Amino acid sequence: MSTLTPTAPRQETPSMPVTVRIPSPLRPLTGGASSVACGAGTVREVIDQLEAAHPGFQERIMKDGALRRFVNVFVAGQDVRFAEGIDTVVADGQEVTILPAVAGG
Amino acid sequence: MPPTYQDLLASARDEVPEIQVNDLAPLLEGPDAPLVVDVRETSEWDEGNIPGSVHVPRGFLESRIAGVARPGQPIVVSCAAGQRSLLAARTLREMGFTDVSSLAGGFTRWKQSGHPVRVPRTLSPAQRSRYSRHVLIPEVGEEGQLRLLDAKVLLIGAGGLGSPAAFYLAAAGVGTLGLVDDDVVDASNLQRQIIHATDRVGMLKGESAKVAIQALNPDVQVNVHPFRVTRDNVLDLLSEYDLIVDGADNFPTRYLLNDAALMTRTPLVHASILRFEGHASVFLPYEGPCYRCIFPEPPPPDLAPSCGEAGVLGVLCGVMGNIQANEAIKVLLGIGDPLAGRLMIYDALGMTFTELKVRRDPDCPACGPNAQLELRDYEAWCAGVGRHEHAGAAA
Repeated sequence: MSTLTPTAPRQETPSMPVTVRIPSPLRPLTGGASSVACGAGTVREVIDQLEAAHPGFQERIMKDGALRRFVNVFVAGQDVRFAEGIDTVVADGQEVTILPAVAGG
Repeated sequence: MPPTYQDLLASARDEVPEIQVNDLAPLLEGPDAPLVVDVRETSEWDEGNIPGSVHVPRGFLESRIAGVARPGQPIVVSCAAGQRSLLAARTLREMGFTDVSSLAGGFTRWKQSGHPVRVPRTLSPAQRSRYSRHVLIPEVGEEGQLRLLDAKVLLIGAGGLGSPAAFYLAAAGVGTLGLVDDDVVDASNLQRQIIHATDRVGMLKGESAKVAIQALNPDVQVNVHPFRVTRDNVLDLLSEYDLIVDGADNFPTRYLLNDAALMTRTPLVHASILRFEGHASVFLPYEGPCYRCIFPEPPPPDLAPSCGEAGVLGVLCGVMGNIQANEAIKVLLGIGDPLAGRLMIYDALGMTFTELKVRRDPDCPACGPNAQLELRDYEAWCAGVGRHEHAGAAA
């Protein structure tokens, strides 16, 4: 019966958040969270959102307005160094991966 | 009256030209060498055959010949004494192969006349049994298993990654394993370093691993290298091996190995681990990206804690070390798609695998076209980079 009942009018499809994967060494800044949801934008804007929510985040991965050399940022599996760098666009629903080198063995 | 065996042979001899071993030998050296098709049974072939010949047992001749020969190609059929080959040659002529002859006297006369003999390497009966599940896989087979037995893999570290990697590579029959580790087994290693054992605490890790490997598979030669890799010994060390499995626990060693692997063009199978997270990739020198294409500089120490400082899930080591063993075997056998140009992140907590595309950096200081690659003081370089970045982070 309920399946026949008209439901509420359809909403506009809500925008899918961007998921940022946080590597282990940065998790103390995110309260231990391994991923954080952000709004879409450029990589720079995503990092700004992270900084607003988790102060201190930005300076760990950026210096003088650029990504630090030991940090790689991937948008949807692609290295932003081979795209538009920190101005690379992160679209709705895409995954951002922050990848610092890990030495453990 | 139906024809006897002798009648069949005689009629085949009327149809099929015969070639003498002393006439065949120089032909095989020349540019228009005929294809020698050996139709004996496998056990006969295994004891020796004519170099360059192909083996098609008589019972499979009709069904398999198209896979090895073209109809107009000069073919010499051989067997043990030159009789089965006459009948086989006649069959080939009936199948439209026009230039077919039979080797008079067969392999027996070839060998007696002092011509070269190739004795194919085969697995022993014990090895056929031990590696039967590999031999059954078409991509491996007996030939692949023999290749693994000939292969020499250098494992950097007999620790979290090196333990499972060495164990599985030994089980797989990789014939020579080099274990580089200057450390001794500690009780705190045993939560993850499964190649060691409680009663070997205090033993050099390489020696302890050797005990376990020899108990598992006596086919494997274990070379224990009880020292650290340095720029003074790395090139000599790598020259003895076909592939490196990097399970080092520090950045200076990882950068040193990367640069030395480029210099010696040795494939390097990378993995690194921390807590619940592992990275893995395969660096094929000058074919795909190298470690420094991805990580031109190491992070400062506070961003790169060691497992000794931050901990690591024991099982994670097993997953990542076995990914390394898997990739090593693929590279050694030349099968599948190695994890080159890709970096895999395994998150054991979320149970997710994330694949990142990694590329050669045209400005790579190690493998780029303008790189001036030389082995440096990696300890000082990593410490210097670390201090610099750390100061920047604190500023």
